[in-house]
Amino acid sequence: MKPPPFAYTAPRTVDAALEALAEPGAKVLAGGQSLIPLLNMRLAAPARLVDINGVAGLGALEATAAGVRAGALVRHAAAGRSEGAARVQPLLRRAVRHVAHPAVRNRGTVVGSLAHADPAAELPAVLAVLGGAVEAASVRGRRTIPAGAFFAGPLEPALAPDELAVSAFFPAAPPRSGSAFAETSRRHGDYALAGVAVTVALGADGTVRSARAGYLGVGATPLVLDLTSVAAEGACAAAFARENVDPDGDVHASADYRRHLAGVLTDRALREATAEALAEARLDGPGARDGDGGGGGAA
Amino acid sequence: MTEETFEIVLTVNGVHRAARAPARRLLSDLLRHDLGLTGTHVGCEHGVCGCCTVLLDGEPVRSCLMFAVTASGRAVTTVEGLAGPDGRMSPVQQAFQDCHGLQCGFCTPGFLCTITAFLRDTPRPTDEEILEAVSGNLCRCTGYQNILRSVRRASDLMEES
Repeated sequence: MKPPPFAYTAPRTVDAALEALAEPGAKVLAGGQSLIPLLNMRLAAPARLVDINGVAGLGALEATAAGVRAGALVRHAAAGRSEGAARVQPLLRRAVRHVAHPAVRNRGTVVGSLAHADPAAELPAVLAVLGGAVEAASVRGRRTIPAGAFFAGPLEPALAPDELAVSAFFPAAPPRSGSAFAETSRRHGDYALAGVAVTVALGADGTVRSARAGYLGVGATPLVLDLTSVAAEGACAAAFARENVDPDGDVHASADYRRHLAGVLTDRALREATAEALAEARLDGPGARDGDGGGGGAA
Repeated sequence: MTEETFEIVLTVNGVHRAARAPARRLLSDLLRHDLGLTGTHVGCEHGVCGCCTVLLDGEPVRSCLMFAVTASGRAVTTVEGLAGPDGRMSPVQQAFQDCHGLQCGFCTPGFLCTITAFLRDTPRPTDEEILEAVSGNLCRCTGYQNILRSVRRASDLMEES
């Protein structure tokens, strides 16, 4: 239960970190709440760890009218505490509360959770359902990877070995919208057996314009379903979810049980998100915030 | 092969401490083996049990999920640092004694550190907040009821003082 030996670098700048990552066998250490257990259990043995905890400029959490951008060193706890982030995109705080336990959230990072790409983790599903993106940098340059292309497989992000995920972007909640997060786990703070993040946006006439669900724990990567056509009726949405998820069974839960959970949780989260969207629409007044490009979001 | 070592400088319980260790030295092991502070207990070593919880710049963290070298330059509080300078138990420690909040005591250092930070931030918690706060710490003896009582008692003691 002790980590294997590795070479260690603690750069102070992003450029120095990228140079260190350009060496073969290097791996990023940020919060370490997934990587260090893997090292302790000797399931991973990187030749070199590039500890980015001292890198300047990666700790910024910016909430603007367009959305929330979390730098690579933004801890779960900080993302969950931020009133600005909760105003712009309330789903982030709702999901972060389900990530492990408080002590783990004090170290673990939002971007690290995305880069770990565990299909049972909360934040990949959130990034996927919101259509967010990850900004990656290497000595070769920078690129933006949309959520839809970022989760290549279980524990497999679409990052090259020399790339550092420098930030993640979660788009703002549009006007007249609501969101909800629901999951079921064996024990509080454990990885969920199944979970879902739902967003609902209403048109100016109060009808559902868009309803989307992002699932965790029911596939190899976060699964996004468009619930718009079935959102009016909770039972229909639950049946739709059951038909469209493809979970595996394991020692914790059978595939059938996970499929059942996907239905129940979809119904529950959809009701909650729709109720919030309706409340927002009433607060908003008819057309009050039309055309502001999603600015402000849910108050 | 000789492993490269790093100079690690920490403020532990208000005292400046230095040690040389390889990068793979866990903070929990540095505290126990290099600094001799065996109050921090090590249970699962993969972040599940919470026994090794210490305060890093005042915030609870798993010391088994952090390399000591990463913590260099920062302030760590362990269970040894919770009592007052005269050796008087802190309100949280006193409450654990009053309410029989421990039996074998293995998990207790983690609980004490976690609850100390929790009550600092949330002096009058609800029962639900208490459950959430201690949810990351496992105890195999008490059945938790007396630990929850201890948190409420500590909150009362802090308000009285």
